[in-house]
Amino acid sequence: MDEFLLRAVLAGIGVAVVAGPLGSFVVWRRMAFFGDTLAHSALLGIAIGLLLGFNPTLGVFAACLAVALALAGICDRGRIAGDTVLGIMSHGTLALGLVAVAFAGSAGLNLLAYLFGDILAVTAFDLIWIYGVGAVALAGLAAIWRPLLAITVHEDLAAAEGAPVRRTNMVFMLVMALVVAAAMKVVGILLVAALLIIPAAAARHFARTPEQMAVIAAVIGAASVVAGLAGSLWLDTPAGPSIVVAALIGFMASHLAPYLGAKGAR
Amino acid sequence: MNGLHSAATPLVTVRDLGFNSGGREILQHIDLTIESGELVSLIGPNGAGKTTLIRAILGLIRPDSGSITKRPGLHIGYMPQRLVIEPTLPLPVHRFLALGGAVSQGECRQALAEVGAEDIWATQVSQISGGEFQRMLLARALLRKPDLLVLDEPVQAVDVNGQTELYALINSVKDNHGCSVLMVSHDLHLVMSATDRVICINGHLCCAGHPEDVSRDPSYLALFGEAAAANVALYHHHHDHHHGLDGRVLDGPADEGAPHSHG
Repeated sequence: MDEFLLRAVLAGIGVAVVAGPLGSFVVWRRMAFFGDTLAHSALLGIAIGLLLGFNPTLGVFAACLAVALALAGICDRGRIAGDTVLGIMSHGTLALGLVAVAFAGSAGLNLLAYLFGDILAVTAFDLIWIYGVGAVALAGLAAIWRPLLAITVHEDLAAAEGAPVRRTNMVFMLVMALVVAAAMKVVGILLVAALLIIPAAAARHFARTPEQMAVIAAVIGAASVVAGLAGSLWLDTPAGPSIVVAALIGFMASHLAPYLGAKGAR
Repeated sequence: MNGLHSAATPLVTVRDLGFNSGGREILQHIDLTIESGELVSLIGPNGAGKTTLIRAILGLIRPDSGSITKRPGLHIGYMPQRLVIEPTLPLPVHRFLALGGAVSQGECRQALAEVGAEDIWATQVSQISGGEFQRMLLARALLRKPDLLVLDEPVQAVDVNGQTELYALINSVKDNHGCSVLMVSHDLHLVMSATDRVICINGHLCCAGHPEDVSRDPSYLALFGEAAAANVALYHHHHDHHHGLDGRVLDGPADEGAPHSHG
Protein backbone atom coordinates (compact mmCIF):
# COMPACT_ATOMS: atom_id res chain seq x y z
CA MET A 1 0.00 0.00 0.00
CA ASP A 2 1.27 3.47 -0.81
CA GLU A 3 2.28 5.49 2.18
CA PHE A 4 -0.14 8.32 1.49
CA LEU A 5 -2.96 5.81 1.25
CA LEU A 6 -1.97 4.21 4.53
CA ARG A 7 -1.97 7.62 6.19
CA ALA A 8 -5.38 8.34 4.69
CA VAL A 9 -6.82 5.08 6.02
CA LEU A 10 -5.33 5.66 9.48
CA ALA A 11 -6.58 9.25 9.58
CA GLY A 12 -10.06 8.22 8.50
CA ILE A 13 -10.29 5.39 11.00
CA GLY A 14 -8.98 7.65 13.76
CA VAL A 15 -11.73 10.16 13.09
CA ALA A 16 -14.45 7.52 12.62
CA VAL A 17 -13.69 5.87 15.95
CA VAL A 18 -14.37 9.14 17.77
CA ALA A 19 -17.20 10.22 15.48
CA GLY A 20 -19.16 7.02 16.28
CA PRO A 21 -19.77 7.63 20.00
CA LEU A 22 -20.01 11.40 19.61
CA GLY A 23 -22.33 11.06 16.63
CA SER A 24 -24.58 8.78 18.66
CA PHE A 25 -25.11 11.60 21.13
CA VAL A 26 -25.68 14.02 18.25
CA VAL A 27 -28.44 11.72 16.98
CA TRP A 28 -29.99 11.09 20.42
CA ARG A 29 -30.00 14.78 21.23
CA ARG A 30 -31.33 15.78 17.80
CA MET A 31 -28.31 17.96 17.16
CA ALA A 32 -27.62 17.04 13.54
CA PHE A 33 -28.12 20.59 12.37
CA PHE A 34 -26.01 21.79 15.28
CA GLY A 35 -23.09 19.68 14.06
CA ASP A 36 -23.51 21.15 10.60
CA THR A 37 -23.45 24.66 12.03
CA LEU A 38 -20.25 23.98 13.94
CA ALA A 39 -18.62 22.60 10.83
CA HIS A 40 -19.60 25.60 8.76
CA SER A 41 -18.13 27.96 11.31
CA ALA A 42 -14.82 26.13 10.81
CA LEU A 43 -14.22 27.99 7.54
CA LEU A 44 -14.45 31.28 9.41
CA GLY A 45 -11.85 29.92 11.80
CA ILE A 46 -9.52 29.07 8.95
CA ALA A 47 -9.87 32.53 7.47
CA ILE A 48 -9.27 34.22 10.81
CA GLY A 49 -6.25 32.01 11.35
CA LEU A 50 -4.85 33.00 7.98
CA LEU A 51 -5.60 36.70 8.47
CA LEU A 52 -4.06 36.85 11.93
CA GLY A 53 -1.24 34.54 11.02
CA PHE A 54 -1.75 31.54 13.28
CA ASN A 55 -2.36 27.89 12.57
CA PRO A 56 -5.68 27.49 10.66
CA THR A 57 -6.45 24.28 12.54
CA LEU A 58 -6.22 26.18 15.78
CA GLY A 59 -8.51 28.78 14.22
CA VAL A 60 -11.01 26.05 13.35
CA PHE A 61 -11.02 24.74 16.89
CA ALA A 62 -11.43 28.23 18.34
CA ALA A 63 -14.24 29.15 15.95
CA CYS A 64 -16.09 25.87 16.57
CA LEU A 65 -15.78 26.25 20.30
CA ALA A 66 -16.94 29.87 20.24
CA VAL A 67 -19.96 29.01 18.10
CA ALA A 68 -20.75 25.95 20.22
CA LEU A 69 -20.70 27.94 23.43
CA ALA A 70 -22.67 30.80 21.90
CA LEU A 71 -25.33 28.40 20.66
CA ALA A 72 -25.48 26.61 23.99
CA GLY A 73 -25.93 30.00 25.67
CA ILE A 74 -28.69 31.02 23.29
CA CYS A 75 -30.50 27.72 23.68
CA ASP A 76 -30.15 27.95 27.48
CA ARG A 77 -31.65 31.38 27.71
CA GLY A 78 -34.94 30.91 26.03
CA ARG A 79 -36.87 28.51 23.93
CA ILE A 80 -36.59 30.52 20.75
CA ALA A 81 -36.95 28.64 17.49
CA GLY A 82 -33.70 26.73 17.61
CA ASP A 83 -33.58 25.77 13.96
CA THR A 84 -33.86 29.39 12.84
CA VAL A 85 -30.94 30.43 15.02
CA LEU A 86 -28.97 27.45 13.77
CA GLY A 87 -29.84 28.25 10.17
CA ILE A 88 -28.67 31.83 10.57
CA MET A 89 -25.46 30.78 12.30
CA SER A 90 -24.79 27.92 9.92
CA HIS A 91 -25.06 29.81 6.68
CA GLY A 92 -23.96 33.10 8.18
CA THR A 93 -20.63 31.70 9.34
CA LEU A 94 -20.12 29.82 6.08
CA ALA A 95 -20.70 32.98 4.03
CA LEU A 96 -18.56 35.07 6.37
CA GLY A 97 -15.86 32.43 6.08
CA LEU A 98 -15.93 32.49 2.29
CA VAL A 99 -15.74 36.29 2.28
CA ALA A 100 -12.95 36.32 4.86
CA VAL A 101 -11.00 33.71 2.91
CA ALA A 102 -11.18 36.02 -0.13
CA PHE A 103 -9.79 38.83 2.02
CA ALA A 104 -6.97 36.62 3.26
CA GLY A 105 -5.93 36.08 -0.33
CA SER A 106 -5.62 32.68 -1.91
CA ALA A 107 -1.93 32.29 -1.13
CA GLY A 108 -1.40 28.75 0.04
CA LEU A 109 -5.10 28.16 0.43
CA ASN A 110 -6.94 25.45 -1.39
CA LEU A 111 -10.56 26.24 -0.63
CA LEU A 112 -11.85 22.99 -2.07
CA ALA A 113 -9.58 21.02 0.24
CA TYR A 114 -11.27 22.66 3.20
CA LEU A 115 -14.79 22.31 1.85
CA PHE A 116 -14.53 18.68 0.78
CA GLY A 117 -11.52 17.43 2.72
CA ASP A 118 -8.18 16.27 1.47
CA ILE A 119 -7.62 12.96 3.15
CA LEU A 120 -5.04 11.81 0.59
CA ALA A 121 -2.86 14.78 1.53
CA VAL A 122 -2.81 13.91 5.24
CA THR A 123 0.72 14.27 6.62
CA ALA A 124 2.39 12.40 9.45
CA PHE A 125 1.93 15.51 11.56
CA ASP A 126 -1.79 15.55 10.76
CA LEU A 127 -2.00 11.95 11.90
CA ILE A 128 -0.46 12.81 15.25
CA TRP A 129 -2.90 15.71 15.55
CA ILE A 130 -5.90 13.55 14.67
CA TYR A 131 -4.98 10.77 17.10
CA GLY A 132 -4.02 13.20 19.84
CA VAL A 133 -7.27 15.11 19.51
CA GLY A 134 -9.20 11.86 19.13
CA ALA A 135 -7.75 10.46 22.35
CA VAL A 136 -8.57 13.63 24.27
CA ALA A 137 -12.08 13.72 22.82
CA LEU A 138 -12.75 10.07 23.66
CA ALA A 139 -11.39 10.50 27.17
CA GLY A 140 -13.58 13.57 27.65
CA LEU A 141 -16.64 11.74 26.38
CA ALA A 142 -15.91 8.74 28.61
CA ALA A 143 -15.55 11.01 31.63
CA ILE A 144 -18.99 12.56 31.18
CA TRP A 145 -20.70 9.47 29.75
CA ARG A 146 -23.26 8.76 32.45
CA PRO A 147 -24.31 12.32 33.27
CA LEU A 148 -24.44 13.14 29.57
CA LEU A 149 -26.66 10.13 28.94
CA ALA A 150 -28.88 11.05 31.89
CA ILE A 151 -29.19 14.64 30.62
CA THR A 152 -29.93 13.36 27.12
CA VAL A 153 -32.80 11.26 28.48
CA HIS A 154 -34.28 14.02 30.66
CA GLU A 155 -32.43 17.13 31.68
CA ASP A 156 -34.66 18.14 34.61
CA LEU A 157 -34.65 14.67 36.08
CA ALA A 158 -30.87 14.46 35.77
CA ALA A 159 -30.46 17.91 37.29
CA ALA A 160 -32.79 17.05 40.17
CA GLU A 161 -30.66 13.98 40.81
CA GLY A 162 -27.58 16.15 41.03
CA ALA A 163 -26.01 15.67 37.60
CA PRO A 164 -23.65 18.56 36.79
CA VAL A 165 -25.65 19.73 33.76
CA ARG A 166 -23.73 22.86 32.88
CA ARG A 167 -20.29 21.31 33.20
CA THR A 168 -21.31 18.20 31.30
CA ASN A 169 -22.75 20.24 28.43
CA MET A 170 -19.58 22.36 28.36
CA VAL A 171 -17.36 19.30 28.02
CA PHE A 172 -19.68 17.93 25.34
CA MET A 173 -19.38 21.17 23.34
CA LEU A 174 -15.61 21.07 23.73
CA VAL A 175 -15.51 17.50 22.43
CA MET A 176 -17.76 18.47 19.51
CA ALA A 177 -15.45 21.33 18.56
CA LEU A 178 -12.39 19.09 18.79
CA VAL A 179 -13.87 16.34 16.67
CA VAL A 180 -15.20 18.72 14.03
CA ALA A 181 -11.76 20.30 13.76
CA ALA A 182 -10.16 16.88 13.35
CA ALA A 183 -12.78 15.42 11.03
CA MET A 184 -12.58 18.39 8.69
CA LYS A 185 -9.29 17.07 7.31
CA VAL A 186 -10.97 13.85 6.28
CA VAL A 187 -14.31 14.77 4.75
CA GLY A 188 -14.23 18.56 4.69
CA ILE A 189 -16.43 21.22 6.21
CA LEU A 190 -19.52 20.44 4.17
CA LEU A 191 -19.59 16.75 5.03
CA VAL A 192 -18.32 16.63 8.62
CA ALA A 193 -21.80 16.30 10.07
CA ALA A 194 -22.44 13.31 7.80
CA LEU A 195 -19.57 11.42 9.41
CA LEU A 196 -21.14 12.05 12.81
CA ILE A 197 -24.72 11.21 11.98
CA ILE A 198 -24.85 8.54 9.30
CA PRO A 199 -22.82 5.78 11.02
CA ALA A 200 -24.69 6.41 14.30
CA ALA A 201 -28.06 6.24 12.56
CA ALA A 202 -27.01 3.05 10.81
CA ALA A 203 -25.92 1.52 14.12
CA ARG A 204 -29.34 2.06 15.72
CA HIS A 205 -30.76 -1.08 14.15
CA PHE A 206 -28.12 -3.31 15.70
CA ALA A 207 -27.87 -1.89 19.20
CA ARG A 208 -29.69 -2.68 22.41
CA THR A 209 -27.71 -0.37 24.68
CA PRO A 210 -26.24 3.11 24.19
CA GLU A 211 -22.70 1.73 24.40
CA GLN A 212 -23.40 -0.90 21.74
CA MET A 213 -24.69 1.81 19.44
CA ALA A 214 -21.57 3.93 20.03
CA VAL A 215 -19.21 1.04 19.28
CA ILE A 216 -21.15 -0.19 16.26
CA ALA A 217 -21.26 3.38 14.91
CA ALA A 218 -17.49 3.57 15.23
CA VAL A 219 -17.11 0.26 13.37
CA ILE A 220 -19.51 1.31 10.61
CA GLY A 221 -17.68 4.63 10.31
CA ALA A 222 -14.29 2.92 10.05
CA ALA A 223 -15.64 0.47 7.47
CA SER A 224 -17.06 3.40 5.49
CA VAL A 225 -13.63 5.04 5.47
CA VAL A 226 -11.98 1.91 4.10
CA ALA A 227 -14.75 1.21 1.59
CA GLY A 228 -14.95 4.85 0.54
CA LEU A 229 -11.21 5.13 -0.01
CA ALA A 230 -11.15 1.87 -1.96
CA GLY A 231 -14.05 3.05 -4.09
CA SER A 232 -12.40 6.39 -4.60
CA LEU A 233 -9.23 4.74 -5.91
CA TRP A 234 -11.09 2.28 -8.07
CA LEU A 235 -13.55 4.75 -9.59
CA ASP A 236 -11.30 7.81 -9.38
CA THR A 237 -13.84 9.77 -7.35
CA PRO A 238 -13.13 12.39 -4.64
CA ALA A 239 -12.17 10.66 -1.39
CA GLY A 240 -14.21 12.58 1.21
CA PRO A 241 -17.54 12.36 -0.58
CA SER A 242 -16.84 8.70 -1.44
CA ILE A 243 -16.48 7.92 2.28
CA VAL A 244 -19.81 9.59 2.99
CA VAL A 245 -21.43 7.68 0.12
CA ALA A 246 -20.09 4.44 1.59
CA ALA A 247 -21.59 5.37 4.96
CA LEU A 248 -24.86 6.19 3.24
CA ILE A 249 -24.93 2.75 1.60
CA GLY A 250 -24.24 1.24 5.02
CA PHE A 251 -27.14 3.21 6.49
CA MET A 252 -29.55 2.03 3.80
CA ALA A 253 -28.35 -1.55 4.20
CA SER A 254 -28.89 -1.32 7.96
CA HIS A 255 -32.60 -1.09 7.30
CA LEU A 256 -32.46 -4.68 6.17
CA ALA A 257 -31.38 -5.70 9.68
CA PRO A 258 -34.90 -6.31 10.98
CA TYR A 259 -35.53 -8.71 8.12
CA LEU A 260 -32.34 -10.59 8.89
CA GLY A 261 -33.43 -11.09 12.50
CA ALA A 262 -31.00 -8.68 14.12
CA LYS A 263 -31.62 -8.64 17.85
CA GLY A 264 -31.76 -4.90 18.18
CA ALA A 265 -34.58 -4.53 15.68
CA ARG A 266 -37.57 -2.75 17.09
CA MET B 1 -50.44 26.92 58.36
CA ASN B 2 -51.71 23.45 59.14
CA GLY B 3 -52.77 21.80 62.31
CA LEU B 4 -49.89 19.39 62.74
CA HIS B 5 -48.04 19.77 65.99
CA SER B 6 -45.03 17.76 64.99
CA ALA B 7 -41.78 18.36 66.78
CA ALA B 8 -39.83 17.59 63.64
CA THR B 9 -38.98 20.45 61.33
CA PRO B 10 -40.88 20.41 58.05
CA LEU B 11 -39.16 18.71 55.10
CA VAL B 12 -39.74 21.74 52.93
CA THR B 13 -40.79 25.25 53.84
CA VAL B 14 -41.67 27.70 51.11
CA ARG B 15 -42.10 31.31 52.14
CA ASP B 16 -43.54 34.09 50.00
CA LEU B 17 -42.15 32.58 46.82
CA GLY B 18 -42.25 34.58 43.61
CA PHE B 19 -41.05 33.67 40.15
CA ASN B 20 -41.13 35.67 36.93
CA SER B 21 -40.44 34.56 33.40
CA GLY B 22 -40.22 36.88 30.44
CA GLY B 23 -41.72 39.76 32.41
CA ARG B 24 -44.71 37.66 33.44
CA GLU B 25 -45.41 36.73 37.02
CA ILE B 26 -45.73 32.95 37.10
CA LEU B 27 -45.84 32.59 40.86
CA GLN B 28 -46.37 35.13 43.61
CA HIS B 29 -46.65 34.95 47.39
CA ILE B 30 -46.64 31.16 47.58
CA ASP B 31 -46.39 29.67 51.05
CA LEU B 32 -46.34 25.99 51.77
CA THR B 33 -44.83 23.43 54.09
CA ILE B 34 -44.46 19.72 53.71
CA GLU B 35 -44.36 17.80 56.96
CA SER B 36 -42.91 14.35 57.28
CA GLY B 37 -45.20 11.48 56.36
CA GLU B 38 -47.94 13.48 54.70
CA LEU B 39 -49.35 13.34 51.20
CA VAL B 40 -49.81 16.82 49.82
CA SER B 41 -51.64 17.42 46.58
CA LEU B 42 -50.92 20.42 44.44
CA ILE B 43 -53.83 21.40 42.22
CA GLY B 44 -54.65 24.30 39.98
CA PRO B 45 -55.77 25.01 36.42
CA ASN B 46 -53.44 24.65 33.45
CA GLY B 47 -50.80 27.33 33.50
CA ALA B 48 -51.24 27.91 37.21
CA GLY B 49 -47.55 27.40 37.83
CA LYS B 50 -47.72 23.95 39.43
CA THR B 51 -44.73 22.56 37.56
CA THR B 52 -42.82 25.83 38.08
CA LEU B 53 -43.37 25.55 41.83
CA ILE B 54 -42.15 21.96 41.78
CA ARG B 55 -39.08 22.91 39.77
CA ALA B 56 -38.30 25.63 42.28
CA ILE B 57 -38.60 23.18 45.17
CA LEU B 58 -36.30 20.77 43.32
CA GLY B 59 -33.78 23.55 42.88
CA LEU B 60 -34.00 23.53 39.08
CA ILE B 61 -34.91 27.21 38.92
CA ARG B 62 -34.04 30.06 41.24
CA PRO B 63 -37.00 31.99 42.63
CA ASP B 64 -37.01 35.76 42.17
CA SER B 65 -38.27 36.38 45.67
CA GLY B 66 -39.03 34.50 48.82
CA SER B 67 -37.26 31.47 50.18
CA ILE B 68 -37.29 27.71 50.04
CA THR B 69 -35.86 25.93 53.05
CA LYS B 70 -35.22 22.21 52.98
CA ARG B 71 -34.42 20.05 55.96
CA PRO B 72 -30.66 19.40 55.89
CA GLY B 73 -29.80 16.12 54.16
CA LEU B 74 -33.22 15.85 52.57
CA HIS B 75 -33.37 13.26 49.76
CA ILE B 76 -35.90 14.00 47.07
CA GLY B 77 -37.12 11.44 44.54
CA TYR B 78 -38.55 13.14 41.48
CA MET B 79 -40.94 11.78 38.90
CA PRO B 80 -41.18 14.29 36.04
CA GLN B 81 -44.13 15.01 33.85
CA ARG B 82 -44.47 13.58 30.35
CA LEU B 83 -41.11 12.03 29.60
CA VAL B 84 -40.47 10.99 26.02
CA ILE B 85 -37.45 8.84 25.30
CA GLU B 86 -35.84 9.55 21.96
CA PRO B 87 -36.61 6.51 19.76
CA THR B 88 -33.09 6.51 18.34
CA LEU B 89 -31.71 5.80 21.82
CA PRO B 90 -31.55 2.08 22.61
CA LEU B 91 -32.09 1.88 26.36
CA PRO B 92 -33.16 -1.12 28.44
CA VAL B 93 -35.20 -0.37 31.56
CA HIS B 94 -32.40 -1.38 33.95
CA ARG B 95 -30.06 1.07 32.27
CA PHE B 96 -32.63 3.83 32.64
CA LEU B 97 -32.84 3.12 36.36
CA ALA B 98 -29.07 3.21 36.78
CA LEU B 99 -28.79 6.64 35.13
CA GLY B 100 -29.90 8.37 38.31
CA GLY B 101 -26.71 7.91 40.25
CA ALA B 102 -24.38 5.37 41.76
CA VAL B 103 -26.74 2.46 42.35
CA SER B 104 -26.05 -1.26 42.22
CA GLN B 105 -27.85 -3.74 39.99
CA GLY B 106 -29.36 -5.31 43.10
CA GLU B 107 -30.84 -2.01 44.19
CA CYS B 108 -32.30 -1.45 40.74
CA ARG B 109 -33.87 -4.91 40.75
CA GLN B 110 -35.31 -4.34 44.18
CA ALA B 111 -36.78 -0.96 43.20
CA LEU B 112 -38.34 -2.43 40.07
CA ALA B 113 -39.78 -5.31 42.10
CA GLU B 114 -41.24 -2.88 44.60
CA VAL B 115 -43.25 -1.15 41.88
CA GLY B 116 -44.33 -4.55 40.55
CA ALA B 117 -42.51 -4.34 37.23
CA GLU B 118 -39.63 -6.79 37.54
CA ASP B 119 -40.54 -8.44 34.24
CA ILE B 120 -39.57 -5.35 32.21
CA TRP B 121 -35.99 -5.39 33.53
CA ALA B 122 -34.38 -6.02 30.15
CA THR B 123 -37.13 -4.58 27.96
CA GLN B 124 -36.36 -1.56 25.82
CA VAL B 125 -37.85 1.62 27.26
CA SER B 126 -39.39 2.32 23.86
CA GLN B 127 -41.46 -0.87 24.10
CA ILE B 128 -43.10 -0.65 27.52
CA SER B 129 -46.65 0.57 28.14
CA GLY B 130 -47.67 3.89 29.67
CA GLY B 131 -48.37 2.28 33.04
CA GLU B 132 -45.07 0.40 33.04
CA PHE B 133 -43.30 3.61 32.11
CA GLN B 134 -44.70 5.43 35.14
CA ARG B 135 -43.75 2.51 37.38
CA MET B 136 -40.24 2.63 35.98
CA LEU B 137 -40.07 6.36 36.76
CA LEU B 138 -41.31 5.71 40.27
CA ALA B 139 -38.66 3.01 40.72
CA ARG B 140 -35.97 5.46 39.66
CA ALA B 141 -37.30 8.00 42.16
CA LEU B 142 -37.22 5.33 44.89
CA LEU B 143 -33.57 4.60 44.16
CA ARG B 144 -32.81 8.02 45.64
CA LYS B 145 -33.94 6.63 49.03
CA PRO B 146 -36.25 9.62 49.24
CA ASP B 147 -37.61 11.39 52.29
CA LEU B 148 -39.86 13.22 49.88
CA LEU B 149 -41.33 12.00 46.61
CA VAL B 150 -42.20 14.75 44.15
CA LEU B 151 -44.62 13.44 41.54
CA ASP B 152 -45.68 15.62 38.64
CA GLU B 153 -48.93 14.16 37.34
CA PRO B 154 -47.92 10.56 37.95
CA VAL B 155 -50.82 8.87 36.17
CA GLN B 156 -50.52 10.55 32.80
CA ALA B 157 -50.94 8.31 29.77
CA VAL B 158 -52.25 5.52 31.97
CA ASP B 159 -55.67 3.92 31.47
CA VAL B 160 -58.32 4.19 34.18
CA ASN B 161 -57.67 0.81 35.83
CA GLY B 162 -53.97 1.48 35.72
CA GLN B 163 -54.50 4.85 37.39
CA THR B 164 -56.21 3.30 40.40
CA GLU B 165 -53.43 0.75 40.72
CA LEU B 166 -50.77 3.40 40.39
CA TYR B 167 -52.32 5.55 43.09
CA ALA B 168 -52.55 2.53 45.36
CA LEU B 169 -48.90 1.81 44.62
CA ILE B 170 -47.88 5.38 45.48
CA ASN B 171 -49.73 5.07 48.77
CA SER B 172 -48.10 1.77 49.68
CA VAL B 173 -44.68 3.09 48.69
CA LYS B 174 -45.27 6.11 50.91
CA ASP B 175 -46.16 3.87 53.85
CA ASN B 176 -43.29 1.43 53.27
CA HIS B 177 -40.67 4.14 53.01
CA GLY B 178 -42.23 6.48 55.51
CA CYS B 179 -41.70 9.31 53.08
CA SER B 180 -43.79 12.34 52.29
CA VAL B 181 -45.34 12.88 48.89
CA LEU B 182 -45.91 16.09 47.00
CA MET B 183 -48.09 15.30 44.02
CA VAL B 184 -49.36 17.46 41.19
CA SER B 185 -52.70 16.11 40.17
CA HIS B 186 -55.58 16.85 37.87
CA ASP B 187 -57.67 14.14 39.41
CA LEU B 188 -59.97 15.92 41.82
CA HIS B 189 -61.62 12.65 42.91
CA LEU B 190 -58.32 11.38 44.18
CA VAL B 191 -57.19 14.64 45.64
CA MET B 192 -60.30 14.98 47.70
CA SER B 193 -60.49 11.38 48.84
CA ALA B 194 -56.94 10.24 49.42
CA THR B 195 -54.68 13.11 50.36
CA ASP B 196 -53.84 14.68 53.69
CA ARG B 197 -53.64 18.21 52.47
CA VAL B 198 -54.48 20.11 49.34
CA ILE B 199 -52.78 23.19 48.02
CA CYS B 200 -54.60 24.99 45.29
CA ILE B 201 -52.67 27.58 43.33
CA ASN B 202 -53.36 29.79 40.37
CA GLY B 203 -50.25 31.93 40.15
CA HIS B 204 -50.94 32.86 43.76
CA LEU B 205 -52.02 30.64 46.60
CA CYS B 206 -55.79 30.21 46.35
CA CYS B 207 -56.39 28.04 49.34
CA ALA B 208 -54.75 25.30 51.30
CA GLY B 209 -55.74 22.88 53.97
CA HIS B 210 -57.65 19.66 54.46
CA PRO B 211 -59.50 18.43 51.39
CA GLU B 212 -62.90 19.10 52.88
CA ASP B 213 -62.05 22.65 53.78
CA VAL B 214 -60.53 23.34 50.40
CA SER B 215 -63.47 21.83 48.60
CA ARG B 216 -65.71 24.36 50.29
CA ASP B 217 -63.45 27.30 49.67
CA PRO B 218 -65.01 29.85 47.31
CA SER B 219 -61.76 30.38 45.45
CA TYR B 220 -61.50 26.63 44.82
CA LEU B 221 -65.06 26.44 43.58
CA ALA B 222 -64.48 29.47 41.40
CA LEU B 223 -61.53 27.70 39.77
CA PHE B 224 -62.98 24.27 39.32
CA GLY B 225 -66.66 25.03 39.29
CA GLU B 226 -69.58 22.75 39.74
CA ALA B 227 -67.78 19.68 38.45
CA ALA B 228 -65.37 19.86 41.34
CA ALA B 229 -68.16 20.29 43.82
CA ALA B 230 -69.98 17.31 42.39
CA ASN B 231 -66.88 15.18 42.80
CA VAL B 232 -66.75 16.04 46.43
CA ALA B 233 -70.38 15.13 46.79
CA LEU B 234 -69.79 11.71 45.24
CA TYR B 235 -66.76 10.90 47.27
CA HIS B 236 -67.66 12.36 50.58
CA HIS B 237 -71.30 11.47 50.71
CA HIS B 238 -70.96 10.23 54.25
CA HIS B 239 -70.47 13.81 55.35
CA ASP B 240 -73.28 16.11 56.03
CA HIS B 241 -72.34 19.03 53.84
CA HIS B 242 -73.69 22.49 53.91
CA HIS B 243 -72.81 24.20 50.71
CA GLY B 244 -75.12 27.11 50.88
CA LEU B 245 -72.59 29.61 52.11
CA ASP B 246 -71.14 30.37 48.73
CA GLY B 247 -74.49 30.17 47.05
CA ARG B 248 -73.77 27.13 44.96
CA VAL B 249 -76.00 24.14 44.59
CA LEU B 250 -74.30 20.79 44.50
CA ASP B 251 -76.11 18.38 42.25
CA GLY B 252 -77.70 19.18 38.96
CA PRO B 253 -79.92 16.89 36.93
CA ALA B 254 -76.85 15.15 35.47
CA ASP B 255 -75.52 14.21 38.86
CA GLU B 256 -75.59 10.64 40.07
CA GLY B 257 -77.96 11.76 42.73
CA ALA B 258 -76.14 11.26 45.97
CA PRO B 259 -78.62 11.85 48.76
CA HIS B 260 -77.81 15.30 50.04
CA SER B 261 -79.45 18.17 51.65
CA HIS B 262 -78.29 21.61 50.78
CA GLY B 263 -78.79 24.43 53.15
